[in-house]
Amino acid sequence: MDYKDYYKTLGVDRTATQDEIKKAYRKLARKYHPDVNSDGGADARFKEAGEAFAVLGDAEKRAAYDELGAEPQRGGQGFRPPPNWEQSHQFSDPPQGAGGPDDAAFSDFFENLFRSGSRAEGQSSRMQAAGRDQHARVTLDIGDAFNGASRVLTMRVPEMDDAGRLVLKDRSVSVKIPKGVREGQHIRLKGKGSPGMGGGPAGDLFLEVAFAPHPTYRIDGRDIYVDLPVAPWEAALGGKVVMPTPGGEVGITIPKNARAGQKLRLKGRGLPGKSAGDLYAVLKIVNPPATTDAGRTLYEQMAKEMSFDPRKNMET
Amino acid sequence: MKKAKTPTDEDHLMEELTLHELCRFCDADKAWVVELIEHGVVEPHGTGEAEYSFGQISVLRARKARRLERDLGINMPGIALALDLLEERDHLRRLLGRFGLAS
Repeated sequence: MDYKDYYKTLGVDRTATQDEIKKAYRKLARKYHPDVNSDGGADARFKEAGEAFAVLGDAEKRAAYDELGAEPQRGGQGFRPPPNWEQSHQFSDPPQGAGGPDDAAFSDFFENLFRSGSRAEGQSSRMQAAGRDQHARVTLDIGDAFNGASRVLTMRVPEMDDAGRLVLKDRSVSVKIPKGVREGQHIRLKGKGSPGMGGGPAGDLFLEVAFAPHPTYRIDGRDIYVDLPVAPWEAALGGKVVMPTPGGEVGITIPKNARAGQKLRLKGRGLPGKSAGDLYAVLKIVNPPATTDAGRTLYEQMAKEMSFDPRKNMET
Repeated sequence: MKKAKTPTDEDHLMEELTLHELCRFCDADKAWVVELIEHGVVEPHGTGEAEYSFGQISVLRARKARRLERDLGINMPGIALALDLLEERDHLRRLLGRFGLAS
């Protein structure tokens, strides 16, 4: 397993006080919380900070972590704890408070050294109990939402074995993405959560849907926005142009004397569903550079024959 | 929770939840959800707890509220404020995106 430098993760010295550690963690948690920060890497940073704090925020675990020593010279790969370390440190309490994003597991380093041997209180193999529901996030491409898709998700989740011990398991779950799914909706997979104990029913798995950013399409609820570049003559004269949409190319009519930023609506071309969304093309007028003599002549002719002052309405 | 529209489709979009179902979904008790309602974080349809049903927006807000409370230790008025401000921020970001100014 790889060594984890928890002090580096939290950005504190090894000599930091418990208060300083708490403060550093809270700051990172606020900054990278996945409900606050939708940037790609935020989720992972939040989880790392939570894991670091689960160890350093607890005086007993921190002391045990310090005993492991600083990061080994050779990059920290293939890390092994010192002999007898595991025998002398048994952590009975499952980590709390510093929750990862929903039910995701922490790193191998953490799970092996700081979670092993934990036992949930008041549960025994004789007891029958329903499995817990599990929650996770799934990031989809807009095309998946538009057409529907099948996905196989691999999740590392801590599960309770028959003896009531927490063990890490890799689970593959295949999921059918319903056509027309929107951001923030939940897909429910019945019986795909934690298994029940003693014959109890399994919990459900809930997937919260997020969309990956797309270079062309922007989503707002069920509506899709597209910047549509047009040439100055297309904007001035109007006419039909062909534009890409998630459902394939469509023709759209540009009105005469269209303005930059003007929104054209294609009804029902947004995300599909009972009440399908609309697609909005936002016009962007793109100027061709004058690179040839013929091009320059055309511009010169326009300059001469069109009385147009683009700065007419500028106030000083 | 309510049945899917297409019974053959095992993975389905969650529709509206009852009060009891929302409690289970958030791993919370009834008093906590009632507090969410009192602070306007979620808005159920129907009158009286037995008739309450929570739409997708409410379900998502409740879930976010639970995470913000658990992970950042925010109290209920703080959660209500944070969620409103985050929604306003997202709205403004979408507007910026429409003008090609997305960050």
